[in-house]
Amino acid sequence: MTPLLRGERDPRFDRPWTRLGRLLKFWFGQWRHPRYLAAGIVHIFLFAGFMVLVVHTGLFMALGTSAHPSMPGGLYAAISDYAATIVFICMMALIVRRLLKPARYAVPARYGKAHTADAIFLLALIALLMAADGVFEGSLAASQAALRVPAESLAIFSMPWILARALVSAPLPMLANLYLGAYLVHELAFFFLLCYRPFGIQFHVETSLFTVYFAKLDRGTVKPVRWGVPDDKLDQVKSFGVKTFEDFTWKHMLDFYSCADCGRCSDQCPANAVGRPLSPRFLTTKARDYAFRHYPMFGAAGNGHALVGEIYSEDEIWSCTTCGACEAECPLLVEYIDKIVDLRRGLVDDGKVPQSLQKPLKALESRGNPFGKMEKKKADWIKNNGFQQSCTVRILNGEPAADTLYFVDSITSFDDRIQAIGRATAKILDKAGENFGILGAAEKDSGHDVRRFGEETLFMALREHNTEAIQASGVRRIVTSDPHAFNALKHDYKDVPPVEHISQFMARAVREGHIKLNAVENGNNVYTYHDPCYLGRHNGVYDAPREVLDAVPGLQRVEMARSRDRSFCCGGGGLALFYEPTETERMGVKRVQMAAEAGANVIVTACPFCMVNMEDAIKVAGMEGKMAAIDLAELVEKQMR
Amino acid sequence: MEILVCAKRVPDTSENEIELNAAGNDIERGDLVYSVNEADNYAVEEALEIVERTGGTVTVVTVGDDDDEEILRREMAMGAKQAVLLSDEAFEGSDGRGIASILAAFVRKGHYELILTGVQADDGAAQVGGMLAAMLDCPFASLVTSIEVLEGGKLKIGREIEGGNKELYEIDLPCVLSIQTGINEPRYVGMRGIRQVASVPIPTLHKADLGVNGFAGKAAARVTRTDYFTPTAGHGAEMLTGNHDEIIGKLIELLKSKGGLT
Repeated sequence: MTPLLRGERDPRFDRPWTRLGRLLKFWFGQWRHPRYLAAGIVHIFLFAGFMVLVVHTGLFMALGTSAHPSMPGGLYAAISDYAATIVFICMMALIVRRLLKPARYAVPARYGKAHTADAIFLLALIALLMAADGVFEGSLAASQAALRVPAESLAIFSMPWILARALVSAPLPMLANLYLGAYLVHELAFFFLLCYRPFGIQFHVETSLFTVYFAKLDRGTVKPVRWGVPDDKLDQVKSFGVKTFEDFTWKHMLDFYSCADCGRCSDQCPANAVGRPLSPRFLTTKARDYAFRHYPMFGAAGNGHALVGEIYSEDEIWSCTTCGACEAECPLLVEYIDKIVDLRRGLVDDGKVPQSLQKPLKALESRGNPFGKMEKKKADWIKNNGFQQSCTVRILNGEPAADTLYFVDSITSFDDRIQAIGRATAKILDKAGENFGILGAAEKDSGHDVRRFGEETLFMALREHNTEAIQASGVRRIVTSDPHAFNALKHDYKDVPPVEHISQFMARAVREGHIKLNAVENGNNVYTYHDPCYLGRHNGVYDAPREVLDAVPGLQRVEMARSRDRSFCCGGGGLALFYEPTETERMGVKRVQMAAEAGANVIVTACPFCMVNMEDAIKVAGMEGKMAAIDLAELVEKQMR
Repeated sequence: MEILVCAKRVPDTSENEIELNAAGNDIERGDLVYSVNEADNYAVEEALEIVERTGGTVTVVTVGDDDDEEILRREMAMGAKQAVLLSDEAFEGSDGRGIASILAAFVRKGHYELILTGVQADDGAAQVGGMLAAMLDCPFASLVTSIEVLEGGKLKIGREIEGGNKELYEIDLPCVLSIQTGINEPRYVGMRGIRQVASVPIPTLHKADLGVNGFAGKAAARVTRTDYFTPTAGHGAEMLTGNHDEIIGKLIELLKSKGGLT
């Protein structure tokens, strides 16, 4: 408890009904467990068994102190007999699993050591508990049978039933000793377990109750630098972000204690998959080991050590693309992105920013975009390729003139290839009869990834500038083709009109008949949709883009094995495009291969950064001519009647 | 050790499109953004790292006008204890020798043991460091890529030489060194850091405060720019065509024929 009390504040006491509902779904309902089918089912059985046996154990204890010892019978007895049997079998299976480890359990030396011995010890202890229970019940039944007294019948094929059969010919005194011995062993093991649990992985059963209840409710958001400190008072905060363990909020510390080390986060983590020095599982276990080391049971707590340098490396912290795959998978709703962002804030505050990111950050400060391009060229994309002749895009100069703002953002404004997505988007808006305009030179980068890379002060300056420009434009709606800008405007900005991603706009336009689509020219092409992280996982927009694709007559579409909330990040957007990681292969290459495995030859995406990464990956993977990437807006523009 | 770093504010080449003005005597400066000269930034980082290892203070100085204060703030946000602006109408139009003489006058007023400059300014001629050393009658080394402080008022410095080789020298303090980029990894300075030093006063010294000799100013300049132009593109480039293997084959052949590969 000590570190939790020393943690930073974190208000998590709001919306109790929502939280209770989620507790029922994710904790009691074990909602995310079946995502790993076999392990998930074992866990659900175990969990249910434990729930039953918690009651059973209470009764068992009462029995020892009661004058007229007898356990309740009937259906309850049968259920608890089966529960104990199932738990026993599960324990045996899990012990075997830990002896014959699959590769994904391995702990690379750089991340610390495995806790296999601890796990097996705990599993064995529980198995012992179950066995003692079985012997207790079995010996009672056997002696009852021997004495021919009427007895409660045991659940057929349960462990006590089997043991009762085995013991039926044993002499009575031995049965009596077994009966008492089993009781003693059961209680000793139980109380030992009770005391030992907080030191091992088992404790997650209890801590997760709180972790899940207090879990983050607002996805797509980033926690403020310091809870309770308004933005205009931030200058007075001495230190930004997490530098020492005690800079984490109490909830984030609780996460460390609750993690069951199941490794599902790391299975899903694209950074881990391409050999970057980051694995979310170990981010947590290293912090937990740190806490056990620095807050010992006996002796003084030693706090105040810098985490980066001691347990984390700088590269580890910069390797994350904030895709959120880990958070979407964790059965206990452990948070990662906020912790990564907080650690980055700490690094930025200490000036420890990779050289590859310093230039784009400096350019964002002086020019408002990471490429260092001049503001006056921001709207040049509407002039290129003779676009102006076919479609007029108005630049909103402060006088209310349009209903809808197309927020273009940096990459779509300045990157030669991506400008085409901007032009397609403008054409679609035009075709659908939308009265829209752009901000032109007055628009700066949304700052989405500036914030997620820990440069909060710069982000706030960009947000302030854009908020003023948007308000001055007098628009009532915002549309963007960039999921990063979409997420920023939706979750990071305040006091701006509602925002929609172009895929949502297109889905509605197709549904309402404002846009009609021609059949595909080449019916042999097989399309697959790649969910951009900030459209899908962070904002739940999965169906709109698929609806648009399915509205194209004759379009063949397949799903990749990893889609929707298990989508695999393309390599990351915003500043992630500039970061030079140490990795063995590119995320994009892996993703392109996944598309090929699904039988597709066209990857459709809905994010400018995904486009950059996919097209690069197709070249790196040597799949030019065999695989193509197209943005959903480009596809619709091409098929529009 | 008391360290002085001479820095300059220059148009940032990565964030500007440098174009000639209509008169053809300068670049178009209307839309430019400026930053601290890259090599000077490495020099400040190096000074800070030396001070972190051996103690002392870092002072940053520049010759210019009020606009140049922004780079001094940035370097203070980085960790420099003091910054000084040397500014006077009489300094305008100085050539390299003039700038060196202004800096030399400032150095003589303090007790700096080590003076660092960037190897050259993005818009400069890499001459101030050497001239400053000569005027101060100090030892000088250019293109420095490593500095180690030794006992007894000496430094061990590394210099980059042709072919990626490096040579090591011992040099007596006080001395002037011009710092090559890549000597270290400069720390990041964000808006927050700059804001925190926004109200720290930066003293401005004028000609009269410094006792500058007659080298400064336009009239004394013995090197003047007479023209400014963009060279016309030549015809040296040859595009290799074909598939990957063909291009690689042609490239190897070319490299062999020109003596690049043996």
